[in-house]
Amino acid sequence: MNTPAIETFNLTRRFDDIVAVDNINIQVNNGELFGLLGPNGAGKTTLINMLSTMVTPNNGSAKVWGADITKQPSEVRKNIGMVFQGTTLDDRLTGKENLDLHGRLYGLPKQLRKQRIADVLELVELNDKADVIVKTYSGGMMRRLEIARGLMHHPKVLFLDEPTLGLDPQTRNHIWDYIRQLNKEKNVTILLTTHYMEEADHLCNRIAIIDFGQVKALDTPENLKNALGGDVIILTVETGELASRLLDLYNKNGSAGSVQQKDGSIFITIKDGAGQIPHVLKVASDAGINVLSVDLHRPTLDDVFLSYTGRAIREEETSSVDRITYNLQSRRR
Amino acid sequence: MAKHASVFSENIVIALNTVYTMWLREMLRFKRSKSRIIGSLATPLFFLVILGTAFNSSFEMRNGGQTNIGFLAPGIIGMTILFSSLIGGVSIIWDREFGFLKEILIAPVPRFFVALGKALGGVTTAMIQGTLIMLIAFVIGVEFQSYLGMAASVGVMLLIGLGFIGLGIALASQTESHEGFQMIMTFITMPVLLLSGAFFRIGDLPSWLKTLVYLDPLTYGIMALRYTLMGETEIPIHICIAVLFLFAAATIGLGGYMFQKAKA
Repeated sequence: MNTPAIETFNLTRRFDDIVAVDNINIQVNNGELFGLLGPNGAGKTTLINMLSTMVTPNNGSAKVWGADITKQPSEVRKNIGMVFQGTTLDDRLTGKENLDLHGRLYGLPKQLRKQRIADVLELVELNDKADVIVKTYSGGMMRRLEIARGLMHHPKVLFLDEPTLGLDPQTRNHIWDYIRQLNKEKNVTILLTTHYMEEADHLCNRIAIIDFGQVKALDTPENLKNALGGDVIILTVETGELASRLLDLYNKNGSAGSVQQKDGSIFITIKDGAGQIPHVLKVASDAGINVLSVDLHRPTLDDVFLSYTGRAIREEETSSVDRITYNLQSRRR
Repeated sequence: MAKHASVFSENIVIALNTVYTMWLREMLRFKRSKSRIIGSLATPLFFLVILGTAFNSSFEMRNGGQTNIGFLAPGIIGMTILFSSLIGGVSIIWDREFGFLKEILIAPVPRFFVALGKALGGVTTAMIQGTLIMLIAFVIGVEFQSYLGMAASVGVMLLIGLGFIGLGIALASQTESHEGFQMIMTFITMPVLLLSGAFFRIGDLPSWLKTLVYLDPLTYGIMALRYTLMGETEIPIHICIAVLFLFAAATIGLGGYMFQKAKA
């Protein structure tokens, strides 16, 4: 299929005075692992909820696996799997029962249901917990069960809303593995939202940076980072004088990249930072300048986010995670 | 034409499958909460034993030789069905609170039949509880008129239960918070129960109260139960059944409609 798995056309959603999603146009290719990256309240969840037919758009339209989200919602629902941000399991039932009910709702016949339950439980390594009441699961296990459930009916497109929110780093890595495996081996098109830079960076083929309901940038993580101009080498010498001398020498040698000086340090912005370090050190030693330290800073998606939105995503992160973790805990009465 | 017919039968299969799945979920939950179910029988049993005995020693018997506990038993069974089915409907609020509602709403199935399945599941639970109270009453010596009547009363419980679970679903579909749950329970169960003639005869009431009693759908349920269990009623049985049937159809229709508009 050459048509995109997901395609939006000026998709817009307002809540009272707030424009949660503002004229968004994105295309997600068949088989792609696509990330929506942005801070909380950027409109990612609203966008994913519209695509999964849970929220109706005010303006614009979208197609998911060829079906229009407002005109053919039940067609869309048949083709998608959804893992919501919070838990949506019935915690008084066992893992297997949750999966079985899901299979029934999606019309899977008995034999196929049994087969799929076994398959997805194996994928997320919950076989030994299949007959245990979900209430006793850890947060990571619940998340895995939700992903398993979203896969029960062989969806063409899987939506993951903050799949690793509030999980410890180890569990997070584990879940990343499942997501990669799904995308590669089962060829499921995946659209995920996240506000974790590492998650978007390590996992996604392409990323849309979303802020205030708009797409600020859209490309592969590599290209987004390279667009900033490359790595930064930070070289510190004994005095500011020596630093400006080194800067002159470096430029005279016809070396690549742009150089700036601040006090005893020079900053060289360049594509291949690691490969340039020996050259810089040679320039310095030839001139007899004693180098105190060399530091290489590779641009992260944080820097990308900062350059497109003018603020760091981190500032908002902590408080919201605390809040959600608190919610998860208070649910367990 | 043939294509239409096959689409139609396919839709019926989906509808029945949806209803069954939702019913099955309620049954699985029921199986897991036996202790809660047993606990919920305590209240009606206190009513039955304490009130029944107290009425016997405090009031002149006006029941044609029938004991007061026998008069109360159908009322207490009706009360059990009322509580249990309303809670069954209102449990949609918990489903919303705990997120499971999203799982249901995103499934490619018609929401009306989701609501219907949930209603049938809740009513089954209510009928099991009502039947248990009936059997306990029988064991402690209430003289029901016949086994056939006892069997027929289970059918009446179904009608009463459907009516109030439909009402519960309709209200819960529009109630966003669980604070609303207490409001619903207080402002509906108490008036409905007290006005229903579960605890008194309606013949001699002042006319303003009598009007309210006739407006209460549970009245017709209690009367129908009293007819099937004790062989007496103050409202003709066919009127009782007709009212119960209409009430159930109206609230299930309303509940299904409201649930279609429910937000996750």
